[in-house]
Amino acid sequence: MSDILLEVKDLKKYFKSPRGTVHAVDGVNFTIERGRTLGVVGESGCGKSTLGRSILRLLEPTEGCVLFEGKDICTATRKELKELRKDMQIIFQDPYSSINPRKTVLELIAEPIKFNKLIPNGTETDIENRVLELMNIVGIDERLINAYPHELDGGRRQRIGIARALALNPKFIVCDEPVSALDVSIQAQVLNLLRKLQREMGLTYIFITHDLSVVNYFADDIMVMYLGQVVEKAPSEELFTNPMHPYTKALLSAILVPKVNGNPEHIKLRGEVTSPIDPPDECRFAKRCNYICEGCRDSTPPLVEVSPNHFVACHCIKPGENTLHETIVD
Amino acid sequence: MSKKNTTASRLSSQYQKENRTAMVWKRLKANRGAFLGLIILCIMFLLMIYSFIFISYDEISAIDSKNTFQDPSWEHPFGTDEMGRDMLKRTIYGSRYSLAVAFGAVGIGMIIGTFLGCIAGYYGGWVDNLIMRASDVLSSLPGTLLGMVIVTILGAKLINLIIAVGVSCIAGFIRMARASVLTVKANEYVESARAIGMSEFRIIFTQVLPNSLSPLIVTATARMATAVLSAAGLSFLGFGVPVPNPEWGALISGSRNYLRFAPHLCYFPGLFIMLMAFSCALLGDGLRDALDPKLNK
Repeated sequence: MSDILLEVKDLKKYFKSPRGTVHAVDGVNFTIERGRTLGVVGESGCGKSTLGRSILRLLEPTEGCVLFEGKDICTATRKELKELRKDMQIIFQDPYSSINPRKTVLELIAEPIKFNKLIPNGTETDIENRVLELMNIVGIDERLINAYPHELDGGRRQRIGIARALALNPKFIVCDEPVSALDVSIQAQVLNLLRKLQREMGLTYIFITHDLSVVNYFADDIMVMYLGQVVEKAPSEELFTNPMHPYTKALLSAILVPKVNGNPEHIKLRGEVTSPIDPPDECRFAKRCNYICEGCRDSTPPLVEVSPNHFVACHCIKPGENTLHETIVD
Repeated sequence: MSKKNTTASRLSSQYQKENRTAMVWKRLKANRGAFLGLIILCIMFLLMIYSFIFISYDEISAIDSKNTFQDPSWEHPFGTDEMGRDMLKRTIYGSRYSLAVAFGAVGIGMIIGTFLGCIAGYYGGWVDNLIMRASDVLSSLPGTLLGMVIVTILGAKLINLIIAVGVSCIAGFIRMARASVLTVKANEYVESARAIGMSEFRIIFTQVLPNSLSPLIVTATARMATAVLSAAGLSFLGFGVPVPNPEWGALISGSRNYLRFAPHLCYFPGLFIMLMAFSCALLGDGLRDALDPKLNK
């Protein structure tokens, strides 16, 4: 019973820069089933946010297509897109810049409702009631209805962002690092809120983050990105217990374990991220990889299913085998 | 449903939604400088209305050769000019021209300039290039020369003078608006509006423009005085309001020949220009602060 809500096929987003073409997202494929959460992790600059924005067509994808309930978003007309946007929303990273500082909480949350005429012939009171309802759902105190954003803390601002997204009754939400600008105690509150909403409203999420402990808590499946490409994708338990790609291994070993003498093996990556400008046709991780085998320098490895639902893009891993051919270069 | 309705009515009585205009007005009143500016401007407008009703054109243009160059006295508080005309009446009568030029020209410049600047800054690319190069051309011409050309083409009338002065300050507003929009559009709330499904045009005018207004208001108030003076320059060259009409700038330039023995002839119109510029600047500053919810006290 696979009820696929969103399918991304060979999505590419290139930016032109004076020094060449930046391959921000380079051939990403995946599907999400209704009601599930896909975590997207990777270091900064790997194209996570660009991916999220391209899916919503906030950025125009260079190539590829995004199918939402079977409808292609990339070829949708302006009118169709406006309808589609009611179903697909985004929560932004920085709650300090993602809400208009000149509007009150009421105006901010009412904006999507009024603009899309969600309450036909609704009076101001109807809209106000809906705003109050949304404020209750996301947990902002009613008394703040006429407050301005600068009077609120980061957590409350982020809740406004969430309420704005929810106002349109979406089916699918891209969460673009929704908690990375918040401090830890508030992170937990916001994450729990997002989870509760998912349970109650059957939402589907793409959860973009660089924080692995967050994604472990939150996501059903995890997709690891490196320089615009997917290097590994697996259900989150599988990925945490049996990471295969050298990059994933290094990432996971970097999680701090609160234990005396914890983290015995810290895999250190050498060097810097390769430039995403006109990358050569080789494994993009090759320059920093501790394992090098034949072919790494010759072609970009395809994403292969090595065990059920576990996809890895690495020349050193053959389907059916669960280990790396360890040829450690040092 | 009835329960919800009571919630809303309870709330609206408890947390009175403040009308935006009322709030801005309240804050403007709290700012003493701005309020002073507002009062001075109001007095000027009242004087202008007074002149429309009570001062006839004959009164300010009739020559009285017995009473030329009189010093300020009770009878003529601002003195009289080289043709014995009462300077107080002339100055008050002239406010209609000067206020029209100051507000009209800056209004034209600000509306057109801000519109073009917003488009340029928001869309970027070739649109930006086109508008900015056009504005470069505009700003490379000396304002007076441009004004002369425009007045020559359209004819020497007050309205054309306003247009001429207005056009010469468009470029400055384009630049200011563009710079301001460039910083504002980088904010995520612009993208957030797009995600809601807003059209680009609507985003510019409901999200970007209100947040880039502050520097524009300040520029506008600073341009007020300059506008009166460039209008005076044009009048002096014969391209503005025709001679006997007592536009403030024209009054000053007309009295320059008698500066040595009748300096009061340029003191009073000068004082009025200064007062207007000063109160516009005060009001502009206050307005900018009153419109910004962050400065709420």
